[in-house]
Amino acid sequence: MEKMARVTTALSGTTITGRTMFYHLDAPANAISVCRDAAQVVVAGRNIFKIYSIEEEQFVEKANLRVGRKLSLNFSCADVVWHQMDDNLLATAATNGAVVTWNLGKQSRNKQDQLFTEHKRTVNKVCFHPNEVHMLLSGSQDGYMKCFDLRKRESVSTFSGQSESVRDVQFSVRDYFTFAASFENGNVQLWDMRRPDRYDRMFTAHNGPVFCCDWHPDDKGWLATGGRDKMVKVWDVSTTKTKEIYCVQTIASVARVKWRPEMKYHLATCSMMVDHNIYVWDIRRPYIPFGMFEEHKDVTTGIVWRHIHDPYYLLSGSKDSTLYQHMFNDASRPVDRANPEGLCYGLFGDLAFAGKDSMFGSDSNRKTYGGERRYPIFFFKKPDLSEQFANVSSALNVFETELGSNSMDWFVNMAQQYILTGRSLADLCDHNAKIAKELYRYQVAQTWTMLRIVYSNPGAISSVNLNQSIGKSGGLPLMNSLKELSVALGNETRLERGKAENRQEINHLDSSNPLITANEENEETEGSDVPADYLFGDVEGDEDDLYMVDHENAPAEEHEYILPQEAFQLRHEIIDNPSAPDHLQDKVESPHVSGNEAETVCLTPIESFSLMSISQPLYDAYLPADYFNSLVKDMLHYYAEQGDVQMAVSVLIVLGDRIRKEIDEQTQEHWYTSYIDLLQRFKLWNVSNEVIKLSTCSSINCFNQASTTLHINCSNCKRPMSSKGWICDRCRQCASMCAVCHQVVKGLFVWCQGCSHGGHLEHIMNWLKTSSHCPAGCGHLCEYT
Amino acid sequence: MFISTTCKENRHTKNSEKLPTDYMICTNCQKVLRKQDKDARVPPPTTTGPTAFIPEKEIAQDNPVDGHANLLFLEEYSTTGHLDNVTRIMGLHPQYLESFLRTQYYILRMDGPLPFEYRHYLAIMAAARHQCSHLVNTHVNELLQVGGDGEWLNGLEYVPQKLKNINEVNKILAHRPWLITKEHIKKLLKTGENSWSLAELVHAVVLLAHYHALASFVFGSGINPEMDQDRTAAISNFCLCDASNESNVEDVIFMCSSPGTSDSVSELEALMERMKRLQEENEEAEASQEEMATRFEKEKKESLLVATGAYEDELISTSYTSRYVDDPSFGYKDFARRGDDHLPTFRAQDYSWEDHGFSLVNRLYSDIGQLLDEKFRMVRNLTYNTMAIHEDVDTTMLRRAIWNYVHCMFGIRYDDYDYGEVNQLLERSLKVYIKTVTCYPERTTKRMYDSYWRQFKHSEKIHVNLLLMEARMQAELLYALRAITQYMT
Repeated sequence: MEKMARVTTALSGTTITGRTMFYHLDAPANAISVCRDAAQVVVAGRNIFKIYSIEEEQFVEKANLRVGRKLSLNFSCADVVWHQMDDNLLATAATNGAVVTWNLGKQSRNKQDQLFTEHKRTVNKVCFHPNEVHMLLSGSQDGYMKCFDLRKRESVSTFSGQSESVRDVQFSVRDYFTFAASFENGNVQLWDMRRPDRYDRMFTAHNGPVFCCDWHPDDKGWLATGGRDKMVKVWDVSTTKTKEIYCVQTIASVARVKWRPEMKYHLATCSMMVDHNIYVWDIRRPYIPFGMFEEHKDVTTGIVWRHIHDPYYLLSGSKDSTLYQHMFNDASRPVDRANPEGLCYGLFGDLAFAGKDSMFGSDSNRKTYGGERRYPIFFFKKPDLSEQFANVSSALNVFETELGSNSMDWFVNMAQQYILTGRSLADLCDHNAKIAKELYRYQVAQTWTMLRIVYSNPGAISSVNLNQSIGKSGGLPLMNSLKELSVALGNETRLERGKAENRQEINHLDSSNPLITANEENEETEGSDVPADYLFGDVEGDEDDLYMVDHENAPAEEHEYILPQEAFQLRHEIIDNPSAPDHLQDKVESPHVSGNEAETVCLTPIESFSLMSISQPLYDAYLPADYFNSLVKDMLHYYAEQGDVQMAVSVLIVLGDRIRKEIDEQTQEHWYTSYIDLLQRFKLWNVSNEVIKLSTCSSINCFNQASTTLHINCSNCKRPMSSKGWICDRCRQCASMCAVCHQVVKGLFVWCQGCSHGGHLEHIMNWLKTSSHCPAGCGHLCEYT
Repeated sequence: MFISTTCKENRHTKNSEKLPTDYMICTNCQKVLRKQDKDARVPPPTTTGPTAFIPEKEIAQDNPVDGHANLLFLEEYSTTGHLDNVTRIMGLHPQYLESFLRTQYYILRMDGPLPFEYRHYLAIMAAARHQCSHLVNTHVNELLQVGGDGEWLNGLEYVPQKLKNINEVNKILAHRPWLITKEHIKKLLKTGENSWSLAELVHAVVLLAHYHALASFVFGSGINPEMDQDRTAAISNFCLCDASNESNVEDVIFMCSSPGTSDSVSELEALMERMKRLQEENEEAEASQEEMATRFEKEKKESLLVATGAYEDELISTSYTSRYVDDPSFGYKDFARRGDDHLPTFRAQDYSWEDHGFSLVNRLYSDIGQLLDEKFRMVRNLTYNTMAIHEDVDTTMLRRAIWNYVHCMFGIRYDDYDYGEVNQLLERSLKVYIKTVTCYPERTTKRMYDSYWRQFKHSEKIHVNLLLMEARMQAELLYALRAITQYMT
């Protein structure tokens, strides 16, 4: 960044040399202007009005125009401009509404020449005519523009914008009579000086004040405007219809805009607030600045290109009381630092990735972005590579997710079919293992089977079951030699080694039962050293989770019936009505699930049976089930880590007290909440409620106690039913009668949207099976879908 | 202060069973009462309707509610569930009301950096600085409605540290906004876990300024408490002496300040004459620069003399609102009086709302800039080209004089304004009124309201109040935003 360039340019007799340099002013600057030969600069502000000459290495103070004993507000400048024809002539706009001209050729110390006090409010801008020595234009807060002839003592013409304050006025460079004025209300007006009564043309350029405008130095039809709405717009006014041709979005309100000399598409901007940098934009690339000067510590108030034909020197003044000369070669180029890669997820899980070409090698199917292809560039001199945007060609890749690969069907099915309580542990495990197997989730199935073996009564194991497990174990070879195995598994735990020893004994004692051991080994292998295919499956599951969280509109929603939303709103009190068949009922109170505690109590005695007792009752009390608890705990953590919180929670519930103490309360709670959240996203209200009910965490349990009240309105008078019971206080009628049985509907109420009759869901369903007319006898042909 | 022994009547009959009668008694009356050994019997207030200053029927006569206003009322009613007196009075200027309601709705109820209960609590804090129980009550209810912690209502000690921290800024902004510096901002933003984010701070500042200014409007227009609020609301903001014309301390001020009050018609004519002359005079000899500068100083100084000596010895404090106030003795101190620690005058050209304030506020709290901008613009350009009985009058000068005079009292100077105009256009009683309403609104009395511009319509006086309110809000915002800008650079 700190490189300093030295450039020498020869321009029609004058030679400009210099480097990036700055000078400390005594006070904040409001505006700066350069004289025609680019050798001097004038700085004006509330408390400063000085002329500096620009030397090769530094700025040198030449003159202080702020002289006199008592300084009046006429010296408090909002704007300053140096005449481009006459080197001795300057004009300032004062905050008190005065327009002052200064003649440097005067002999006295006070160079003030003329004073015009015709404006009533602050003058925001003054501008000399580019070709006419005596003509000066001013724009003021009072909404008027005035044209002064310096040979006369007062204005020659006054232009009324008929709208709010004038923020900028600029004579057209090419068109003798035309000038542009920008206004605080967002309008830009074009005037013909010969017609002071009415503007030529007016258009709304910005939303909010237009702070600045600048005519293109070469192309007479182009006008750049900058506004408080953070935009720079380029307008083509050469035809009768004003057209916006370019628009650059900056990050802060635009205070000044200046076309870069000799560069057709470049312009410099600075901001009024917050952002202190000066930007040079290529208007064809509106998203990233071409160059950037970051030297100022406070907002930049004035920018000017040093010479009208030299694009490499930019002068700027700032509120931080410094005057800078910037070398264009020292500008930082944001495009070099920009990251040309982009990544985005689509609604359906597609992934788009755009990056530099080089990253993808020489693929044939790619698109490149080329700026020049559309806009040919002509340079005044020979094209300079450093003056162009570095072209980065990039490619866009879209990765589609395979249809169904991210389906969460297994999750839904398992959630619905798992049985978590109500039977013996062995049955539960068997059942769940079977479910998992049917859904091709073999590892899960194995885990269930194993849990059963670990914790359950040995007698319950049938060899059929074991065979099944083996058969499904993913094609792993049966390992007969235990020694081989222990070599193969490098990270075997002490526990396993212990087991292996035991098994050796078993082998010796009962070699007729090799199947069991082999099976055990397989499961151990999976638990501790995950085979590749399962790993893959789990990773996939991860992505799915992510995807599901992002997009709730996932396809997998299976319910017995989905009722319209309105059916749930404040219609029915659902209390103590076992006949209501739907999950809504369950949400409030789950009728068929018995308490978890009772279940655990009856199961606990089984604990004392160990794995070993399967094959060898001799070792009955040899290895208590608790022995495996740490392993099971690791297993649960493993599943939770993999994103299969379903498994973790299901096991937690099934094992109940056996494992609960091993895992700290907070982790459990975390698992429960994640699982419940997932279930609810799939609208598996029944399951989620069951899980809540079965959970042993008090904080989860209390989910069921929150917001259990349903408020209902009377169906006749539409007022809230305040009292208990089914008769409305106000209209003394029974609310929501069933059209079939003429009883009060206390559960789900379904009604026809056509005739608004309805009743018990089951009754209506049955009725409409046999008849297509409304049960109320209104003659409407109802339809139930 | 409540003196329940002296007043037993209660005009709110519907509430009379359950509450002891409490009226607010202004300091003047307290003095009078004390002198008379508290045996004076003050008659109960007789006015009903939205404001204590304007008889209800005159509002209707003055400005029959037009369709536009009705529509706005309806909208307001449907969003908030009630139509408060502030809205009804502002309904005299429906164009403005629309803009006002939109802004208020945005800062209170739309997406924003601050949680809803914070917003209402900030409103309470801001209104409490001026003991404006009307606004405090409104927002106590709102706070509870949005589920805020009722505990907070016990006072400032019960709120989160974060809210406590901003109280300092609230205090300064309410009374002496020129004292706010970037250090204050820094203190709020860099305090570890209780720190504010910039966006939150800007939201808070807008809220505070809005409610300080609104308190000015409430007192300036003599807004009555809401009838439908619960019992606390029954306490009027205004002392009974406003309604009855009992003699009190103020009389002295007004008698000497406006000698020619008897002839109010000629007063109006004279004002018109002066405006006309000033308009024509422009071409004439300009005042020298020094003179211009001294005129501002003079106006600043003169604002000191305007009035309020009689009050300074007494600290008014109502038990109900004071719990939200910390350091109640901190009040407006004249900008010009500080003498030794001379702070520089705020130059409007160096930090203006249009250029700087807007950009900053809009950047940190999106869209609010647009709304405020619209509101300021609306109030500054609002005119019906009438002055009392005259029509087709260009009141620009008058409006600008009022606006700049308010800013002058907060130390904001416009380079391009001749402060001599203020002296010519604003009569003394109006200056007293302006100063009271913007600087110590809680001291406003009906007498002050009545004493200026006797010929003018009530709606025109409400228009003045709108100008005062917005000018004050902008002044506060400018100081606060300038401090934030300085902090950011």
